[in-house]
Amino acid sequence: MLTLNINKKSYTVDVDPDMPLLWVLRDKLGLVGTKYGCGMAQCGACAVHLNGEAVRSCVTKVSRAVGQQVVTIEGLSEAGDHPLQKAWIELDVPQCGYCQSGQIMSAAVLLRENSNPTDQDIDAAMAGNICRCGTYLRIRSAIHLAAEMQRKKG
Amino acid sequence: MYQNRRQYSLPAKTSAVLAIIISIVVFMNFGFRDESAIIRITKKKTVIKDSIASVKAFMDVYQVLMSPRCMNCHPSGDTPLQGDDSHIHSMLPRRGKDGKGVYAMKCSNCHQPTNLKGLNQPPGHPDWHLPPSNMKMVFEGKTPNQLAKQLVNPKTNGNKTLKQLIEHADDGLVKVGWDMGEGRPAPPISHAEFKKAWITWIENGAYAPGR
Repeated sequence: MLTLNINKKSYTVDVDPDMPLLWVLRDKLGLVGTKYGCGMAQCGACAVHLNGEAVRSCVTKVSRAVGQQVVTIEGLSEAGDHPLQKAWIELDVPQCGYCQSGQIMSAAVLLRENSNPTDQDIDAAMAGNICRCGTYLRIRSAIHLAAEMQRKKG
Repeated sequence: MYQNRRQYSLPAKTSAVLAIIISIVVFMNFGFRDESAIIRITKKKTVIKDSIASVKAFMDVYQVLMSPRCMNCHPSGDTPLQGDDSHIHSMLPRRGKDGKGVYAMKCSNCHQPTNLKGLNQPPGHPDWHLPPSNMKMVFEGKTPNQLAKQLVNPKTNGNKTLKQLIEHADDGLVKVGWDMGEGRPAPPISHAEFKKAWITWIENGAYAPGR
């Protein structure tokens, strides 16, 4: 039995320690906001925060998360009002929406570490998140907007 | 005849002085070595240089360090290389100041503490990283001469002494080059052979090949 802290709640799961965190989240805990895209850390759809870092849950064994803080898209904000989530809505970023959880989780790390990112910073942070619908331009604009919201909020 | 014998013998005092001088000259010849012919590994350990053996060994070292398993993480740019053809790493992770990546693409976000089963999964080690930005330790594009000189210079080799350089052959991230998961061939010689060549190169003077 493994004890996990996910979105500030404690869960106990009976799984193989080598099971990818992604499947524990989706299949065992019903947290389906995190998506499976490739299973090999190539697309970024599965990004979640492990102690604040955007790990790829499809290749991260659940044993690595034991005793650590995990945050999924569901827990990024309590009321869905993280600046990125607000910017994403304001600029109508998603098309099919499948990659967007991973996009937002990656962007959240960027904004935490850099409150005024340039386009090059956004490239450096986001190049690992793929969008088949091609919403990249809106993702970039939304990150800039979210950064501005965050700076104004202080 | 007694008189003739006395003509050819030195006085005792002169003989004693000469004997002392000769002893000193002999001692200096054999008691002290030419310092330029030895290399000091530690305070207590020195070895005699052998440029031919050193260069010969380095050519084995070179073929390992320039193989994809090593060179891919010692790129000339700020993005690592990937694959047996050393193409630029997909998704373009960046080195960052400490060599551990930036933002949402820190190396350990994808590279787990261990290898994963299956082809094309990211290889693993608990401390996956590139050299830091202030000491990039580039292998890519280096000639044997350039690489050898870079490796022995503390200003370009991560501040390593010769002793630390020898020990580096057993560094975890070095050894993982021989076990990077399915579908990634090991360097051209075994780690044991590499370590032997590495030590031979260093202990025979760490000479750089001519080119």
